[in-house]
Amino acid sequence: MSAQGLSGPGLRLDRLPQRRRVNHLMEALAWLAAAIGVAILGVVVWSVASKGWSELNLDLLTKSPIQFSLTNAPQGLSNAFAGTLVIVGLATAMALPVGILVAVYLNEFAPPPIRTGVGLVIDVLAGVPAIVVGIFVFVLLVVGHGQSAIKGAFALAILMLPFVARTTMEVLALVPNALREASLGLGVPHWRTTLSIVLPRAAGGIVTGTVLAVARVAGETAPLLFTSSIVGTQTSWNPTHALQTIPVAIFELSESPDPKDHARAWAAGFILLLFILFASLTARWLATRSARKIAGR
Amino acid sequence: MSAADVTAPPTRRPFTGRRVRFGDVALQVVAGAAALGATVLVGLIVWKLVDGSHLAISKYGLGFVTRVAWNPVIGHELYGAGSFLFGTVITSFLALLVATPIAIGIALFLTELAPRAIQAPVTALVETLAAVPSVLIGLWGILVLGPVLRTDIEPWLHSGLGWIPLFGPPSSAGASIFTAIVVLAIMILPIVSSISRELFLGVPPELKEGALALGTTRWETVRGVVFPYARGGVAAALILGLGRAMGEAIAVTQVIGGGVGIHWNIFGTGDTLGSKVAESYQGASTNLQSASLIYLGLVLLVLSLGANIAAQVIVRRVARRHGVTRGGHA
Amino acid sequence: MSITIEPTVRVETRRQPLPPRERLESIFEVEGLDAIYGTKAAIKDVTMEVYKNLVTAIIGPSGCGKSTYIRCFNRMNDLIPTFKQTGTIRYHGQDICASNIDPVAVRRNIGMVFQRPNPFPKSIYDNVAWGCRVLGMKDGLDERVERALTQAALWDEVKDRLKASGLSLSGGQQQRLCIARAIAVEPDVVLMDEPASALDPIATQAIEQLMLDLKSQYTFIIVTHNMQQAARVADMTAFFSISRGEEGQRYGELIEYDATEKIFTAPSDKRTEDYVTGRFG
Repeated sequence: MSAQGLSGPGLRLDRLPQRRRVNHLMEALAWLAAAIGVAILGVVVWSVASKGWSELNLDLLTKSPIQFSLTNAPQGLSNAFAGTLVIVGLATAMALPVGILVAVYLNEFAPPPIRTGVGLVIDVLAGVPAIVVGIFVFVLLVVGHGQSAIKGAFALAILMLPFVARTTMEVLALVPNALREASLGLGVPHWRTTLSIVLPRAAGGIVTGTVLAVARVAGETAPLLFTSSIVGTQTSWNPTHALQTIPVAIFELSESPDPKDHARAWAAGFILLLFILFASLTARWLATRSARKIAGR
Repeated sequence: MSAADVTAPPTRRPFTGRRVRFGDVALQVVAGAAALGATVLVGLIVWKLVDGSHLAISKYGLGFVTRVAWNPVIGHELYGAGSFLFGTVITSFLALLVATPIAIGIALFLTELAPRAIQAPVTALVETLAAVPSVLIGLWGILVLGPVLRTDIEPWLHSGLGWIPLFGPPSSAGASIFTAIVVLAIMILPIVSSISRELFLGVPPELKEGALALGTTRWETVRGVVFPYARGGVAAALILGLGRAMGEAIAVTQVIGGGVGIHWNIFGTGDTLGSKVAESYQGASTNLQSASLIYLGLVLLVLSLGANIAAQVIVRRVARRHGVTRGGHA
Repeated sequence: MSITIEPTVRVETRRQPLPPRERLESIFEVEGLDAIYGTKAAIKDVTMEVYKNLVTAIIGPSGCGKSTYIRCFNRMNDLIPTFKQTGTIRYHGQDICASNIDPVAVRRNIGMVFQRPNPFPKSIYDNVAWGCRVLGMKDGLDERVERALTQAALWDEVKDRLKASGLSLSGGQQQRLCIARAIAVEPDVVLMDEPASALDPIATQAIEQLMLDLKSQYTFIIVTHNMQQAARVADMTAFFSISRGEEGQRYGELIEYDATEKIFTAPSDKRTEDYVTGRFG
């Protein structure tokens, strides 16, 4: 594509070729940056997928790990899968109602200065590193009392809370005011309007936000290191015990020198990544659809 | 309808006047309590960390923050955050340095150059990178990236640029600060990129048209109009990325190798505040060590709160400035 | 029996009479220009000549493609992904619509002032100077800025606050700043897309006077929906209107193009007459 300048008497062309060269150089760099970004993702996902896929087998889900195994007896990570389900489930059960209530308060009741102030605090809470949250729950609940899945879930819930609150707030703001006014105008009390009219209308968006929050914490390792990491190899569903989780299992396996451990780490990582990607993409797709529906367009 | 009907007083409707409904109060109290709890949580976190580390705070005071030492040997115990603070600062800043040009390049590409067909897929791909859990990036870092860096890149850089203290001899351990920097850069790339992208999209098109109509190239318009307009927001994005890098513990601890002491060689091993804490999750041997580890967490918390609050302040200030639109009076 | 048409538009004599045809120098030769968005044609088959150092007005009802047309002259429509055009616009003998002509070079010589003032969020000085700096006109920047602001009739009002933000000016002042910005880089032609439609009458008058004062140095093409404005400032006027095709689709078309005096007092086409006498549009 050799675009030429104009030529003619009295026309200004000042350094156009050099400027065009600089422009092309910058465009090339931008293309390169995009290529790097896509390539990095490709390389990481490819590594996890190709190594994980080859090591994938049903044993992973059905067999427990064997401590210090010197034989080639089949082992898996069934305890980690069970534990992750329990802990993430509990965390969602804790964070979801609180997050919704916070959002309801800020969006429906709070005067503007409180809304911005508390909103700021929630954004700051979202920036607290996961490992600090882990230490916090450790000092608060674990010291002197021991680890348990519930405490791990509590740590994850703290990480989920700002997320759920923010997305719920945004969704509530999308619900047209006319809907609230119509209900209030009929004489329906404010609390009833909020619970029976506004929240159900926003339900789609809230679900989406929750799915995204779950995708985010399903892979979190740091908070669980201090709250639910000293575990046995038996598969347990008891939340009062410390349960193994997939991220922590991957973490421990990755530090081991045994290549068989690495293999199981890749396989578990593959499943984890699949779940997270699937949840994220589904949630994003749902989000665009439900946003339109909620706003009534 | 007689005149009498018109002048008759209106029948009294029940529930006139302000009556406080139980349901309204109940919902407001419960929801307000949740909001209060969330607000208090940040303060609670700070307080609990101070509480948990008070043994170390009372013993070492603020000098802990800069002391370069970590000796758990009983009888000679001495702890300090200095080595790890240095590690956190150097890894985070260098990661930001590496990630920023690529992230801004991606954002510019998506807003100015990409053909419509690939805009959405590339945007989704870059944002998907943010969804990959840190433990997986760390796993990839240990088993894939680390060996490549150790056997190929680091020796090559050392032979060419070894006169710069940053590029000293590669460690034999296979783990290095450099690997941690690359891993962190990968993790903060999506954040900086997607915030920058939204900022660039927010530049009013008439400003760009005005610049292009003068006969400037696309790059000149970006440099003269888009960048200055988005400057504040990009600063906030960078600070947020920095905060994220500082707080990352898992992926860093997997690839950084561990070690105490301040040295500039990024091909050697080291530790950051986060990675040191994560490394010791299996337990501390003494109460003092435990308290010192929590003290490390406290230092990290202060750093990332600082970064986060700074970013939020900038965001709100920029939003206010751009909210003031063209000219006062006609 | 001839019917004299009472002009509802008073043609004022603020401008000089048109030079005789032989002395008019052609600067643009438009031939068979079609402008298409996606599948819909915005304007079809426009052929006309624009003359140097005159003010040429483009008038017509809304939706007739005036803005699209003027933006063809500086390739601004290239910014819209679905846009296509066929036909030619010859400028100094070269077809500027050709795909091998760099739009940056075109815009360098053909500047534009937009409907809504769009000054940069920079100081008043930098608003005018930025273009000069980037385009390599770095010498004597202060004089260039002063000259441009003077020609745009803004210098006296801002000379003491050149460092103030361009956005702190009133709407009319901002538009004159945009004009100064455009002429600071010394273009050949200045395109004005309804430059006064967002301004009050006094600001409008300032801009119209500007065009009359400067047309000896530049060539102006102005799109306006205000017929009185065209009558006041333009030497030549082109009337566009909306036509219907066989399948019922609407597109813009050049109906009549002539000296302003003739367009408003004795138009040849009935559609022109209907428009300028206010019967429609």
